[in-house]
Amino acid sequence: MNIGGGAKVSNMRALVVDDNMVNQTIHHRLLQNLGIENQVVKNGKEAVDVHSSGKYFDLILMDMDMPIMNGIEATRTLRAMGIRSTIAGVSTRSLDQEKQEFMEAGLDDYQEKPLTKAKLVSILHKINHSG
Amino acid sequence: MDRNHLKHQVLNMRRSLFDQLEELKDDANPNFVEEIVTLFYTDSARLIQNIEQALVNKPIDFVRLDDMLHQFKGSSSSIGAKKVKEACTQFGEYISAENAEGCTRALQLIKQEYAVLRRKLETYFQVYRWRDNLDKLRLHICSDLHKEPSGLAICEN
Repeated sequence: MNIGGGAKVSNMRALVVDDNMVNQTIHHRLLQNLGIENQVVKNGKEAVDVHSSGKYFDLILMDMDMPIMNGIEATRTLRAMGIRSTIAGVSTRSLDQEKQEFMEAGLDDYQEKPLTKAKLVSILHKINHSG
Repeated sequence: MDRNHLKHQVLNMRRSLFDQLEELKDDANPNFVEEIVTLFYTDSARLIQNIEQALVNKPIDFVRLDDMLHQFKGSSSSIGAKKVKEACTQFGEYISAENAEGCTRALQLIKQEYAVLRRKLETYFQVYRWRDNLDKLRLHICSDLHKEPSGLAICEN
């Protein structure tokens, strides 16, 4: 599938990291609808563990507020592990200070919820232009 | 509420609330919208109950309250429930100020907006189920009529 601007998503794999089932389901379907194979985990620790098991993802959609390990900690950990995937923070947090802390943890992009198809496409374009 | 007003309200709600969710329906997921709304109801009931319990505890754990609020804000936002999301934002301000009384009032507003949302969603599903049944009935009638040489205008769309 081509999403415009020469971006091809058919071989991409994505990871949805969110503790809320409504968000998990919608984000999973949004990606699926764009033809992107994706996996869902429910907190930052599971995101780290799935990478420790050897899996790789082109895109990680990272929620901020999660139990056990939040998005900021998970992003820092993944970057410290050498993971260079595109990590997009997706959160309801809107204060500049909150967004900045999340970005400084190692995000490539930040989108405020709700995640829409348009926002997802803009993230995907960044993957292709930086790859 | 007359039929035109109801239809108008539901159509407006559909454009603002479900455009994206409707687009995620396909042959493999024909009931996606209803499924996600059902999930939202279950999730919201749980979160509201937990928030109510947290406000009763002494002392109030505002950090835990903030976590629960952001969960609810996130799912409301994802489903397009703008008024519920806005009520959550107000609640968040009282949590930041550790204002217990403000939190209690804000929760009442969240519950009110949530109740309004549920009524709208129920109306939405009633109208669109009715329309889907009408479409099926038309197809059934057209299928029968096309067996006869003369068709009716009802089958032209």
